[in-house]
Amino acid sequence: MTEHTKTTALEPLIFERSKPGRRGYQLPDLEVPEQDLDEILPAALRRSEIADEVEVSEVDVIRHFTRLSKLNVSIDAGLYPLGSCTMKHNPRINEEIARTPGFAQSHPLQAEHQVQGNLELLWTLEQTLKEIFGLPRVTLQPVAGAHGELTGILMVHKALSKSGNARKYILIPDSAHGTNPASAAFAGYEIKELKSNSRGTVDLSTLEAAVTEDVAALMITVPNTLGVFESEIKAMADILHAKGAYLYCDGANLNSFVGIARPGDMGIDVIHSNLHKTFSTPHGGGGPGAGPVGVSESLIPYLPTPTVERREDGTFYLDDSHPDSIGRMRAFNGNFNVLVRALTYMRSMGPTGLRRIAQLAVLNANYIRARLKKHYHLPYDAPSLHEVVFSDKLQTPHDVHTLDIAKRLMDFGFHPPTIYFPLIVSGALMIEPTESEPKEELDAFCDAMIAIAHESQERPELVRSAPHTTPVRRLDEARAARQPVLRWKP
Amino acid sequence: MTLPDPTSPASSHRYIPNAGEDIREMLDVIGVDSIDRLFETIPDAVKLRELLDIPGPWSEVESRRWFRGLAARNKTGADHVSFLGAGAYAHYQPACIDQLLLRSEFLTAYTPYQPEVSQGTLQSIFEYQTHQCLLTGLDVANASLYDGSTALCEAVLLAERLVKGKHKIVLAQSIHPHYRETVRTYLQNLGIEIVEVGWGEDGRIDQGALRAATDGAFGVAVQSPNFLGVVEDYEAIVQATEGITRIAVIAEATSLGILTPPGQHGFDICVGEGQAWGIPPQFGGPYVGFMVVREALKRHMPGRLVGETVDVDGKRAYVLTLATREQHIRRGKATSNICTNEALIALAANIYLSLMGKEGLRDVATQCLRKTAYLRGKLREIGGVELPLAGPVYNELLVRTPFPAGTILAALEEQKILGGIPLSMFFDGHPNDFLVAVTELHTKENLDQYAAVLSAAVSRS
Repeated sequence: MTEHTKTTALEPLIFERSKPGRRGYQLPDLEVPEQDLDEILPAALRRSEIADEVEVSEVDVIRHFTRLSKLNVSIDAGLYPLGSCTMKHNPRINEEIARTPGFAQSHPLQAEHQVQGNLELLWTLEQTLKEIFGLPRVTLQPVAGAHGELTGILMVHKALSKSGNARKYILIPDSAHGTNPASAAFAGYEIKELKSNSRGTVDLSTLEAAVTEDVAALMITVPNTLGVFESEIKAMADILHAKGAYLYCDGANLNSFVGIARPGDMGIDVIHSNLHKTFSTPHGGGGPGAGPVGVSESLIPYLPTPTVERREDGTFYLDDSHPDSIGRMRAFNGNFNVLVRALTYMRSMGPTGLRRIAQLAVLNANYIRARLKKHYHLPYDAPSLHEVVFSDKLQTPHDVHTLDIAKRLMDFGFHPPTIYFPLIVSGALMIEPTESEPKEELDAFCDAMIAIAHESQERPELVRSAPHTTPVRRLDEARAARQPVLRWKP
Repeated sequence: MTLPDPTSPASSHRYIPNAGEDIREMLDVIGVDSIDRLFETIPDAVKLRELLDIPGPWSEVESRRWFRGLAARNKTGADHVSFLGAGAYAHYQPACIDQLLLRSEFLTAYTPYQPEVSQGTLQSIFEYQTHQCLLTGLDVANASLYDGSTALCEAVLLAERLVKGKHKIVLAQSIHPHYRETVRTYLQNLGIEIVEVGWGEDGRIDQGALRAATDGAFGVAVQSPNFLGVVEDYEAIVQATEGITRIAVIAEATSLGILTPPGQHGFDICVGEGQAWGIPPQFGGPYVGFMVVREALKRHMPGRLVGETVDVDGKRAYVLTLATREQHIRRGKATSNICTNEALIALAANIYLSLMGKEGLRDVATQCLRKTAYLRGKLREIGGVELPLAGPVYNELLVRTPFPAGTILAALEEQKILGGIPLSMFFDGHPNDFLVAVTELHTKENLDQYAAVLSAAVSRS
């Protein structure tokens, strides 16, 4: 690193704050005799030091991380309209309850009689998700959406193997999240892509032609990544089921229809739900999440182990006795303390609140759509639910592109939408406001978008060189990839 | 049918700002007369005609009452003295970690796709990557994986990609049983054979069996300290596994404060569980998996990587990089399907590592060693108590008595001690064995009491 970049850093690295002799901790007294380490552990197994590790005080640490935090924007500070990511309000009661010592200090391998509270909580969450999904069983073990996808497709593979033929292909529409094909591949399948029609959905005829005896499942996002509901979903299920194939639903967009309709009633056999989306657990800069998977009757034998069960006497236990299970998806019991937050949220909302989530999320997205459709190109004009996808087609004649619009939004104080996704839209701007936004915030966002549309015509250079007001401006991303510097070195 | 009118004041909810008047104004702009009209693409045949049958909505008061009631039914390290480990450890959790995690800007931000407004998260990950490298002695670390078990799965898949034509992985049987189970789940359709190698009398991997098993394998994975608490001899393992990809598994991350780092011994990949770095046990999650690899493997890494660069003004800045490995670009050909990871837990670990630093990480590890050695000495003096493994340990002991583990642990529980984890949960043929973990949190009195209660239980049983 050159002196130049050092002096222009926003905040030094913690390693650059290190000074010999500083300390940020104090341990309790050892109390036991200070036995010679050589007698406990041979010197050959011990390191002499952790070379170059930091020496900083608690003050240094708190200042450092507080200053770093101020370089982030967050949903608590305002609209964060990342499409497909569902950046909604994160209630603080969920945080408080997750920190209850009886939950936080419970150990994952404790005897069943010591953790009846935890097991009842998990069982209760499963009952709640069963009702929300309209499906007879749910595993809480997967810890992220993609982890849930892998779980679901492994179950499909196992079920088909049991009936004699695991088959070869998973069908995935071209509008799908990248995790879908990646998960299907790790479950042992090849991918066949389905072309979307002019509404951005999948035609029944396209599906019918693609479903051969070699197809294990269709993996489809409902509503899709354009926010458009697959109105023929039940007919799709029938086509698949007639050929012995399964219907997998990526539930990333459940927020748009929770409490309005249920996946199980649509013929869906497997669905994962990202609890960090629909059920408000904080995204935390990229996790943790949780990705419970609901399944139809025929897939129950293949659920990951252990399952949580209730005895007739009202006690709860972990059940490992499922001979056809795909096995364990992760050590221990899933992201338990994310599950605690999600159940707290479900109780705070209740049946009326869950339904209202979908209603207001869809209203908010359609309000943005209505206000912006004169200013931005709408590549698919089918009615959309919780998100709306525009493109940069009206701006490109001025040499202003989606990336420029996104960066310029930062100058207006907003996090940009998801950009360049879904891949079926050139220059996509995918906007999902969620139900958390008040009308004033939506109006301010729309005003900013409209102002940028005007700027694109009148002062395109201003947009192309944005952002102007952020802690750093556009980065040299090519340099980061060409000469990767992935750690600090002294 | 009792579906509420969304514009009525009774329908308002504290988490959803827009209500009656807002809704009517917005519907006017959209040009429809009701919210229901916006849902016409969902066929009536699948629409619910009534509300879901679930409890609520609850106030915070009601939620506190119910959830605290459940938590109170657990017996945990919060009200007992816990000696439970086996992959989840109770260490000192500095107060400022949680305070910093609750900052909105960390808690409620998304994955840092837009670097101009995410430098806080990005720089923190870059620092975390650096800590991982310093601790493991390897070159490149990623932003995080789900946990130790899935990190091992990713490491096995990475190792398999490096070699054409070999499809056999060797796993030490003394790797955490849940990790091995998870590997079996992940690999079940991928045509990879798993061969397990057992342990010898000292609790370390059986060298002869290891040497024999590596024939035709693409890689080998061992855990140290292993599931039985014993510290492996990396040098001997390296000599027995020439020419294949070596994976070190760490389930007790504080051990890296005192044990020689795997990178120094010729391991290619180190994966593990970062929970011990100040994260509460919280019934198994969320935790944080880590992966650190040799420089040459960086483009094969799963998960996110943060790199350093500059902005247009020459200011130093950080950005997600080498993304062509990842699912959102490579889709079906990505190095992993991982997207959401454990970023906030990685931040907690990062803050822990910064606070403890060079001296503190060593002090924690040294206290674990000395307190464990002290308890080991006390237990050796008790008639009927056996410590069957002679190998060196870090902070966990395998203990055997003449009685079923459950009987002994029940006696300890009567004295408010969570005394250990029965080995029979994982291995047949060990009905009387249990694992006992010691950390810097235990006082001398805790250790003396443990020995006294165990002694009484053994003489009484």
